[in-house]
Formats: sequence, structure tokens, C-alpha cells
Amino acid sequence: MAERDPITGVETTGHVWDDTLQEFNNPLPRWWLWAFYGTVLFAIVYWTIYPSWPIGKSYLKGVGNTITYTTDAGKEVTTHWNTRALLRVEMESGEAAMAQKAQLKKVAAASYADIAKDAEMQAFVQSFGKGIFGDYCAGCHQTGGVGVIGDYPNLSDDAWLWGGDAVDIENSIKNGRMGTMPAHKGTLSDVEITDIANYVLSLSGESKAVDSASKGKALFEGKGACFACHTKEATGMKALGSANLADQIWTVADVKGLASAEAKLEAVKSVIADGIKREMPAWKTRLDDTQIKVLTAYISSFTAK
Amino acid sequence: MFKHESIETNTGLLIVLTLVAIGIGGLVEIVPLFYIDGTVEEVKTADGKDAVRPYTPLELRGRDIYIKEGCYNCHSQMIRPFRDEALRYGHYSLAAESQYDHPFQWGSKRTGPDLARVGGKYSNGWHVKHLVKPTAVVPTSIMPNYPWLLENKLSFGDIKERMLALKQVGVPYSFTQIEFDANVEKFGEKVAKTLDINKADENLMAQAKKMNTDGDAARITEMEALVAYLQVLGTMIDFKQHDEHEFIQFR
Repeated sequence: MAERDPITGVETTGHVWDDTLQEFNNPLPRWWLWAFYGTVLFAIVYWTIYPSWPIGKSYLKGVGNTITYTTDAGKEVTTHWNTRALLRVEMESGEAAMAQKAQLKKVAAASYADIAKDAEMQAFVQSFGKGIFGDYCAGCHQTGGVGVIGDYPNLSDDAWLWGGDAVDIENSIKNGRMGTMPAHKGTLSDVEITDIANYVLSLSGESKAVDSASKGKALFEGKGACFACHTKEATGMKALGSANLADQIWTVADVKGLASAEAKLEAVKSVIADGIKREMPAWKTRLDDTQIKVLTAYISSFTAK
Repeated sequence: MFKHESIETNTGLLIVLTLVAIGIGGLVEIVPLFYIDGTVEEVKTADGKDAVRPYTPLELRGRDIYIKEGCYNCHSQMIRPFRDEALRYGHYSLAAESQYDHPFQWGSKRTGPDLARVGGKYSNGWHVKHLVKPTAVVPTSIMPNYPWLLENKLSFGDIKERMLALKQVGVPYSFTQIEFDANVEKFGEKVAKTLDINKADENLMAQAKKMNTDGDAARITEMEALVAYLQVLGTMIDFKQHDEHEFIQFR
């Protein structure tokens, strides 16, 4: 069976293409063969040390390769090697986690005033806070907390719907907010809505329709019942998240961004007519108290400059 | 006994032996997972019910749309047990959390972020804006726009068949009174009602009406289904109720 190449004397497989092209039956290169045996050996060692073959309802758990961790209840448990236990140990006592924990502990114990003053804590808040803000807040409030007019409040200016003190911000993050304003198109006529819109615009010097605005003022404080949430002075109430309408800061109708007086009027009218329904999710189930504290300090720093 | 030549020159034999070789590898990897105790964690709520439940009819249709639109091409649903993932996404995914997924959506490619715990992270309104035009809320996003989700009416005439099909592969949707009672025992009455195939249509419509993401309560769009699905992802287990130790034991 074994045919040999007449020139080199090497054994061939007997396959010939194009008259003379043959396949030699050379042995595998020595280095390749040993490397192959090496991988087989590696696999056997690997099976032995790490969890591997299934046996019935269980599996080989690895020899001499255990991880010891502490349960929440404070009990020490030793288990066979697995990534969940590995993560537990890393989160408990890993170098990076410990460094972070020490900082978090310091922040947790400090008051907001102290965090703002202390350069080291402030540096930590800026870096750790930026991470959480990016993951959980920036999707709506945008990078740097500039928000989107109409949808997501600006966190970087001095105007706060629900209060800008640390305790208010913390509360907003923890429990979320439901920002609602009822639609008025059912209860007010188009003319009445126009009057109120002119009044609201006039508070910021954005409307010249004096007559309409004065009628609007009466409606604001009367039939429209706007004062009930926005107060008679139209400065809003943080307990209800009602906007201050007299501070020239617009959170829903983009008055500053619109050029013509008609467009501004239309924008405010549509808010009054259709109302507002905005929702911020509650974070207390997803973030722990210290994370929320860091986040509050981080957000407070936007306006503290 | 076998010479290379006799295998390589006999196609039928080659096919059979190839299948045997692949079969051994495949079976050794897959079959034991059906038998090993503790492959799927048992996660109970405080009152002893199963924490992880099958999807409601609306969520189920949302999942179908997730698959139809190819979301899995860019988004995984599998948080791995690493510190960086824990910090970014939250608790690592448990096998229990995808036990009713057929097929599971673990994915392997993250062009976008992992979605295993996206539920509750954003408001419904945010999801609508984001799905219609992602750059409206995330200026740097490279995700495509899906505006038709708001336009397409959700077709759910076959919702019962879909649930029956999943029931065939072991998802505990109930059809008979006995199955319903078993679900009440397993998940509690409130959840059991949502798993009743006979009430699938009304349950779906009620949930969609409650969500009403398009401002028209009478119209049920694909958006409502998809958002309902996204909002439930990763939210079934309250990890604060559990000692990490419980889950480590299952490995």
C-alpha cells in the first residue's frame, strides 16, 4: 500500500493531482506534537483543580481549590471555587472595593456641608458620583445635569421644582417624583387659556398684551385656580413640585428658545391646555443610602460653584 | 480497525462518525444541566411564593417584538458576576430569572448596554422618547430610531396560541382550573390571574390601557408591549431580601 516518492524516498498517501503533485505522508512536526500533548495534560490538570465533569446530580468540584467568604449574617463559609463566591470575596475584601468602601464610609458619616468643604471627599464624590450619575441619571437629565426643556428638569441651574436643599434632592432621588399638572382645556375656554398664558408670560416680561394679562391674573387667582398650586405670587410650591412662574426660568414650555411672541404664547397655552405628566423613578430599591448620598452631593455641586 | 482512508472515502460513515463525535461533546455539556441539583436557583418572596414568574400576555408580546426588531443583536441580558458589572448594572443575573424565557435573550454582543436590569430604571415616557428617537434623550447614542412602534397596532389575536405553545415547553401558564389553582399556590393569586390563558386578551388590554404610552387609551401599539416588557426586566427579585450566600450555594 505504502507508495514512496522516487526522488526523496518519503512515503506518500498515494494521492496524485495534476500528474505529479503528491501528498507526502510526513510525520507531524515534533514541536507541534508535544504542544498538543501539552494541551491534553493542561486539560487534565484544569479538570482536577476547577469544577468540571458532571457526575449524576452533582459534578467534580475541584481539588484543593476553595474560597472562603462571609455571609450577610456574619458566618464564614468555605466553598468550592466558583465565580459567585469569587465576586463576593472581591466585593468584601478586594483592594479596589476596600478603598472605595473606606471613602464611602467617610462620606456616609459626614454632613453635606463637610463633604462640600473637604477636598478629598469632594474629589471622591466627583469621580464616584459621576459614574452613578452617568449610569442612572444622565439618560434623562443629560451629562452635567442640563436636562431637556419640557421633559427632564435642569439640575445645573438654581431653580428647583422640588427643592434644591440636600435633603430635598435626596428625597427626590430616593422616592422619585410624579410631576402632574391637570389639563385645563375642559374647564377653561381658549380665550381664558390665552389670557392666563399672557399673564404667566408677563411675569417674566415676555408678554405685551396688558389687557389680556390682567384678565389672566384674575383667572389665575380665581376660576383657573392656578394659585392653588403655583401660589398667588406665582412662585410655586416645592411640596407639590409646582414651578415658579416668575423667575424667568422655563422648565416645560421652551419660552427662551422660541423667537416669536406667538410661538411663546402657543407653547405656554399648550401646557395649560394639556397639562403635564412627568415621572421620575424611585431609586431607593436600586441604589443604597450611601450611593444616594454621594449622588446628592454630586448634584449639589453643579450649582454650588 | 478504522483506517483514515476507509473513513475519508466513505461519506456515509464519515457523516455518522462526525455526528457521534459532536454528539458526545454536546451531550456531555448540555444534558447534565437538566439533572444537576441547583442549576436553577429557587428564589422565594417573603411569603414563600416564587419570585420569578412567567411574563404577562402584554409583556410576552413585548418580548416577541424585542426579538422581531433584533434588539438582541446589540443588547445582552446577562450580567456576569464581576465587580465592574455589579457596579454598573446591579446584581448578576440568576439562571432563575430566565427560566421562563424561550429562547433566552442572554446574548453575547454588547454594542448597547446590557438590559437584564433595565426595568424601572427609566420612566415609560423616557422609553417612548428613546425608542422613537434615541438621540433625543441620549445625544451620543448610535441606536437606530424605531418610530413605527408607536404607529403599529399590536396584533394579539393569537396570544392564546402563543401562551399555549410556551406551556408546551414548560412555562406554567394555566388553562384548566387545576392548573390555575397550582399557580395560585406557586405564585399567589394576583400573579396567577395574569397567567390564565383563558383571560389572556382582557389581561393584555387592561395592562396596555394602564400603560397608555401613546396617549390614546383605546389603541394598543407595539410600543406599549415593548415598554411593558422592558420595564419588567430584572425586577422580579428583590435582592435586598436575600443573603448573597443563598445564590453562591447554587454554584
